[in-house]
Amino acid sequence: MFKYIIKRLAIIVLTLVLIISATFFLMKLMPGSPLANAERLSASQQKMIEAQYGLDKPVIVQYVTYLWDALHFDFGVSFQFANQEVSTLVAQRLGPSAQLGLQALVFGLIAGTGLGAAAAVRRNTKTDTFLSVLAVLGISIPSFVFAALLQYWIGLKLGWLPIAGWKGFAATVLPTIALGMSPLATSARFIRTEMVDVLGSDYIELARAKGLSKNEIIWKHALRNSLIPLVTLIGPMAVNLLTGSIVVENIFSIPGIGSQFVDSILTNDYQIIMGTTIVYSMMLMVVLLLTDILYGIIDPRIRLAE
Amino acid sequence: MSEKVNLTADDFQLLPADRQTDSDKILKPSVSFLKDAWRRLKKNKGAFISLWVLVFVFVVAFASTPIANSKVTARQDVTVQNLPARLPGVLGDIPGFTGEGKLDGTKVDQYESAGVSDKKNYWFGTDQFGRDIFKRVLYGTRISLEVALIATLMDLVFGVTYGIISGWRGGKTDIVMQRIIEIVSSIPNLVVFVLLILVMKPGMLSISLGIALTSWTSMARLVRAQVLTAKEQDYILAARTLGSSTWRIGLRHLVPNLSSTIIVQLMFTIPSAIFFEALLSFIGLGIPVPMASLGTLLNDGQKAMQFYPYQLVIPAVILGIIMIAFNLLGDGLRDAFDPRTKD
Amino acid sequence: MEVSRDMAEKILEVDDLKINFNTYNGSVQAIRDVSFDLYKGETLAIVGESGSGKSVTTRSLMGLLAKNARVEKGSITFKGEEIIGKSETQMQKIRGSEIAMIFQDPMTSLDPTMKIGQQIAEPLIKHQHYSKKKAWDKALEMMKLVGIPNASAHINDYPHQFSGGMRQRIVIAIALIDNPEILIADEPTTALDVTIQAQILHLMKDIQEQSGSSIIFITHDLGVVAGMADRVAVMYAGEIIEIGKVDEVFNFPQHPYTWGLLNSMPTTKTERGKLEVIPGTPPDLLNPPVGDAFAARNHYAIAADEKVKPPFFKLSQTHYAATWLLDERAPEVEPPLEVQKRWARFQAEHPEADRSKAVAVENAAVLGNGGGK
Repeated sequence: MFKYIIKRLAIIVLTLVLIISATFFLMKLMPGSPLANAERLSASQQKMIEAQYGLDKPVIVQYVTYLWDALHFDFGVSFQFANQEVSTLVAQRLGPSAQLGLQALVFGLIAGTGLGAAAAVRRNTKTDTFLSVLAVLGISIPSFVFAALLQYWIGLKLGWLPIAGWKGFAATVLPTIALGMSPLATSARFIRTEMVDVLGSDYIELARAKGLSKNEIIWKHALRNSLIPLVTLIGPMAVNLLTGSIVVENIFSIPGIGSQFVDSILTNDYQIIMGTTIVYSMMLMVVLLLTDILYGIIDPRIRLAE
Repeated sequence: MSEKVNLTADDFQLLPADRQTDSDKILKPSVSFLKDAWRRLKKNKGAFISLWVLVFVFVVAFASTPIANSKVTARQDVTVQNLPARLPGVLGDIPGFTGEGKLDGTKVDQYESAGVSDKKNYWFGTDQFGRDIFKRVLYGTRISLEVALIATLMDLVFGVTYGIISGWRGGKTDIVMQRIIEIVSSIPNLVVFVLLILVMKPGMLSISLGIALTSWTSMARLVRAQVLTAKEQDYILAARTLGSSTWRIGLRHLVPNLSSTIIVQLMFTIPSAIFFEALLSFIGLGIPVPMASLGTLLNDGQKAMQFYPYQLVIPAVILGIIMIAFNLLGDGLRDAFDPRTKD
Repeated sequence: MEVSRDMAEKILEVDDLKINFNTYNGSVQAIRDVSFDLYKGETLAIVGESGSGKSVTTRSLMGLLAKNARVEKGSITFKGEEIIGKSETQMQKIRGSEIAMIFQDPMTSLDPTMKIGQQIAEPLIKHQHYSKKKAWDKALEMMKLVGIPNASAHINDYPHQFSGGMRQRIVIAIALIDNPEILIADEPTTALDVTIQAQILHLMKDIQEQSGSSIIFITHDLGVVAGMADRVAVMYAGEIIEIGKVDEVFNFPQHPYTWGLLNSMPTTKTERGKLEVIPGTPPDLLNPPVGDAFAARNHYAIAADEKVKPPFFKLSQTHYAATWLLDERAPEVEPPLEVQKRWARFQAEHPEADRSKAVAVENAAVLGNGGGK
C-alpha cells in the first residue's frame, strides 16, 4: 500500500511538472505583451515592469524559476490586481468552491444511491421507469442548463430561494442542486445496475435462505456490496464537478475560483490562469489518489490482498 | 386407468432406432449480427424514437442552411426587439406561443404594439436585437452539430489508431502508450480547452480540436481492451499462423469486431462534444460572433432571462432534447450490440 | 442409516406439484406433477440433468421461487402444515431455521464484504434473537464442528481468505447453526475438487448422524448418491420417472433413462475408451412432449411412449417407475449389459423382485401412506 502511494505521488508530481511546463510555454507563445494596457506605457516603463516581473531574463531561466516556485504553490503576482499574490487570490476563493463541490458531491451521492437502490428493488415497475427517466435527464442535461433553469423558476419566478450570491445556506441550495444533478444521475444509474447484479447473486440467495427479510437483505448485504464500487466513480465525478462548477459559479455569482478563472481568461490575466490551472490539476489528482486509497480501505478483498 | 384403454397392442411395439426425432433441432432461426442488433434496437422504444429525433434534427439543421446562416441570423432589426414566440394558425393558441407578453400585469399582443403584420410570425420570438430566434436556433444547432462531428471524427481517427497500435503491439510499446494516456487523462479537460483557445483563436476548429484532445483517451482505452481480447481469439490466432500480414488481419477481422464498441463510444462522444462546445460558448470562450451555437444562444438567453425567459428556455430545451436523444440512442445501441442481452 | 418408512415420522410431503414459469416466449412447465415424501433422519437424493427441475423443486420448498414462477397445483406439507400460500414473513421463519440450504458454488455464495463470523451467526440472531456475542460463540463452535482449523483465529476473516472447500464448510455451518430439520443440499460438491468432495460428503453424513436432520441431496452425479442417500428419485424433464431405495434404483432400475444414467457412470470396471452417453438433449419444456418425455432419446421407446404418459408401476413398497416397459403388453427388451448384471445380482439377493408383477398405480401411491388420499 505504502509503495503504491509513493508511486502514485511520483506520477502526480511528474504530471504536474508536465502541466506547468505546457502552461508556461503556451503562455510564452501568446501574442503581444501580457501586461494590461501595454500600449499606453512608454518603452522604459515597460522595461521597468518587465524587470519587476522577471520578464527580462532568458526564457529558460524564467521557466525554471516558475517551475520551482509553482511546485511550492507560488504562482507569482497577478497582472490585473497589482501586487496581489496569485496564490493568495486563489486561496481566498477556494473556500466557496470547495464547499459547493463537496455539497454537490454529497447531495448527488446520497440522493443517487437512494434512488438507484429504490429502482433496483422495484425493478421493472413504474418507480423504476420514472427513476431511469430522471437519470437520463440528469446525465444528458448540462449542469449550466439546470442552473439557468433553476435560477429562473425557483429563484426568479417562485422566489423561494436566492438567485445569486453566497451568503447563508439558502443561497447554496440552488447551485448545489444544479451541480449535483450529474453525480446524482450517475450514481443512481450505477447503483441500480450494481444492485440488480448483487440482488441476483448467490450470496443474496443464501441470505434469503437464511430467512432474512427483504429489508435486512438490502441493508445488511446488498447495499454494502453495491456501494463499495461506487467509490471508483468519485474520481470521474470530481472531474465533472470541477468543469461544471466553473459555469455554475458564474451563473450564481459565487465568489469561487471558477468565476475568478473565467474573469481572468476574459481579462487575459495569464498569471491567474496558470495558477488556477495548476491548482485545479493538483486538486483533481489528489482526489483521484484519495478515492483509490479509500477503495483499498473499504473493500476487504483489496485491503487484505496488499 | 382410462388412458390405458386407448392403447392397442400396436402401441407396444418398439420404435425403430433410426426414427426421426426433433430433439436436436435448433429452434431459433439464425440471423445476421447486424440484423439482430437492429431488431433489438427497434424493440427499445426510447432508443428508436431518439434515432428518428436525431435524424429529424440533423435534416432540419442542415437543410435549413439557405434560410438560416450567419448572414441571415446576424441581421438586426430594432423594430422587432424581444418579441415573444408566436406560431401561425391554431398552433398560436398553445400557451407560450401566442405572441402575447405581459406588460404591467396585463396581457398585450406585442406583435400589434410593435406594428408587425398579422401574417409575420416569429416561431421562437426575437432577441434584443430583433433577430429571429428560430433561425438562430437552426443555425446554432447546425454549428453545434458540426463542431461535435469534427471533434468526433478527430477522436475517431486518433483514438482508434492509438488504441489499435497499443493493443496490437503489446509489450513495452503498450506500457509506454498506456502511461501517456494515464498522464494525459489526469489533466482537467477545461484546462486543455482554455490553454488551446488562448493559443489558437476561438473558432470551430480550435474547439473541435480541444474536445478531441480530451476525449480520445477513453476511445483509445476501449479500443485497446477490445483488441487485446480479440487478439486472443482463435480466428485471429489462426489467421496469424496461416501467415496473413498484420494489416490484413487488422482490416479483415478486427475492424468489424471493433465497430460496435466504436459506434457506441461515438454515441457518447458526440453529446459530450456538444456539451463542451456549449459550455465554452456559455462562458464566452466559444464560437465567436457573428457565428452562433446553442451555447452562445443559452448565454444570450440567460442574460435576458428575467424579462424574456423564452430566450433561455427554447435553446435549453433544444439542447436538452439533443443530449437526451444521443444518450438514449447510445444506451440502446450498447444493449443492442451486446449479445448477453439477447432474450 | 436405514430408516423404515412405516416407523419413521414423515416430515415433508410434496403432492402432485406443478410449477410453471411465465417467460417472454410462453409458459415453461418446469415441474410437472411431482410427488415425493421425506422422513425424519432420512437422506433423499434427487438426481437429474440440469434443467430437469430438481433445483426448482427444492426452491419451492423454501418459498424461494423466482417472481415469474407460479404454482399451478399441488401441495407441499411440512410437519403437517401446508407451505404453499404461506406469506413471505411466515416463510422467513421457516427458512434458515427449520429448512436450511447449501448452495452449489461456495466461491460465490458467501457475502464477500462480511466477516464470516457474522455470516454464520446471522440465522441465530434472526431466528433465536441471540445477542451478537452469544451468536458468535455458537458460530465459533459450528466452525470447529465443520472442521475449520484454528477457527477462533479465522472468525474475523473474509470469505476470499478461504479455499473453496473451507468456504463450503462455512456454508454448511451457516445452514446447520439453527439445527434445521431439513437440509437441502443443492449440488454441494459439484464445484469442488474430487478429494474435497469426499471430505464434504463425509462431513455432511457425520453431522446428520449427530443432529438427526433429514437431507434432500440434489445432484446430477449418480456416483455421489450411492454412499450418501437412503432413497433416490430420478427426475427427467420436470417429472420423477423412478423413485426407490438406493439399492432398488441402482441395482434393479426400470426406466430406460435410469439405465442410461447408470450406464454412463464410469466405474473401475469401465473398459478403456468406452464411456456410454445418452444421445440428444432434454426436451423443450415450453411444449413438453406428450407421453414419456424421454421417448425421443430412448433406444427402447415404444409407440405408446409417444402417445400417453406412462403411470407409475409399483415394483415394491418403496420402488416405483414410470415406464410403459413395465406394462404387461410391453415387449421384452434387453437392457444394457451393465444393467443386466446389476439385475442378476439384485434378484439373487431379493428373490421376490419380479418385473412382471409390477402394476400400474395412481401418482399419489408414491407417497408413504399408500396413496390413501
